Amino acid sequence: MQGFGPIRPEPDEALWHADWEPRVLALTLAMGATGAWNIDQSRHARESLPPGQYLTSTYYRIWLEGMQRLLLERGLVTHEELADGVMREPARPLPRRLELEAVPRVLASGTPTDRPASGPARFAPGDAVRARTMHPSGHTRLPRYVRGRIGTVVSVHGAHVYPETHATPAGDPSPRWLYTVRFDARDLWGEDTTASAVHVDAWEPYLEPLAAGAGR
Amino acid sequence: MSGNHPHGSDLSETDLRVRALETLLIDKGYVDPGALDALIETYEHRIGPHNGARVVARAWSDPAYRERLRADATAAIVSEFGYSGRQGEHMIALFDEPGVHHMVVCTLCSCYPWPVLGLPPTWYKSAPYRSRAVIDPKGVLADFGVTLPEGTEVRVYDSTAELRYLVVPMRPAGTEGWSEDRLAALVTRDAMIGTGLALEPSSVGGQP
Repeated sequence: MQGFGPIRPEPDEALWHADWEPRVLALTLAMGATGAWNIDQSRHARESLPPGQYLTSTYYRIWLEGMQRLLLERGLVTHEELADGVMREPARPLPRRLELEAVPRVLASGTPTDRPASGPARFAPGDAVRARTMHPSGHTRLPRYVRGRIGTVVSVHGAHVYPETHATPAGDPSPRWLYTVRFDARDLWGEDTTASAVHVDAWEPYLEPLAAGAGR
Repeated sequence: MSGNHPHGSDLSETDLRVRALETLLIDKGYVDPGALDALIETYEHRIGPHNGARVVARAWSDPAYRERLRADATAAIVSEFGYSGRQGEHMIALFDEPGVHHMVVCTLCSCYPWPVLGLPPTWYKSAPYRSRAVIDPKGVLADFGVTLPEGTEVRVYDSTAELRYLVVPMRPAGTEGWSEDRLAALVTRDAMIGTGLALEPSSVGGQP
């Protein structure tokens, strides 16, 4: 999409634009740390907001809506409880709770997504590949602007958790090989682009091989 | 709660909703209130662009470190500085050089290298930047008041996976012999995203 207007950086922008924003950040991170959902499910929940609401909501408002959706989906809270904050149902058991003492360690550990690969990489640096023409209804991390376009593999990053499957309710990590693919910006946008190249990080199922020497 | 603005009757609807949600999640035992405050404090005061600036300053000062950063940025950042973890598990450094400028975006959401840059600014997470950076990065730079030398190519990286990118801007001229602390003061957050350049020595007056 285009037509969103100029970027308006705020000089010395404050971290927060409302008192509730840091609370939403903290609640989102703390709930994420329980193991109730994974980050791909979390992104999918945010993306699932109706487009009009998504595009007109502030960033942390989207986080709040996404978190409420995840909580309700899993029966961790009820609509009634969300409305006034008064607990009516017993809590559901969760794998863990983030305690104060564990915060530095948990933040410093993060959630690496690299996993052992179950087979060899299909592509190597220098390979010409085409990003698939596809339009999944679920969560995907292949931007529309590269679908169907030809690029070149720049780097191979090992196998990583695959968001398409990880974002489903089953949460299957199903790791796939991950590549950085470079696209000539003119191939994506035409001659008026001011970019020379655009790189995306694409999992192997997103890519098709091209025969050596294939034209554009 | 933060207690910054205790105007009971002024609280917005969202403020009330969030307070209710926090109370509920604490009462359910899903979250520890102490952990909530620690998370906020971490990103307000401890983790921020000052981290990334130190990484860049060292890369400028120490050619061997620069090569370690190029070969394995995650290892170089964690082993040297300990800036590890959430949203920075898989780091890649992008080195600006004469004729080549890098810019990082997340068109799909707001992916950003938190351990070295802290929380992203609003513009980074908003539709104008997310949509234009991949098409017209020089127009984006113009919105930031930056003009690159004629003929500079701009390589844009869209953070679609969990790889996180740190731009190492070019070291400004006239900084020979500067300490790492002094160099770090030239490295702006925007320069490490690619929407700015490192500051010139003349713009930071006096000795730090």
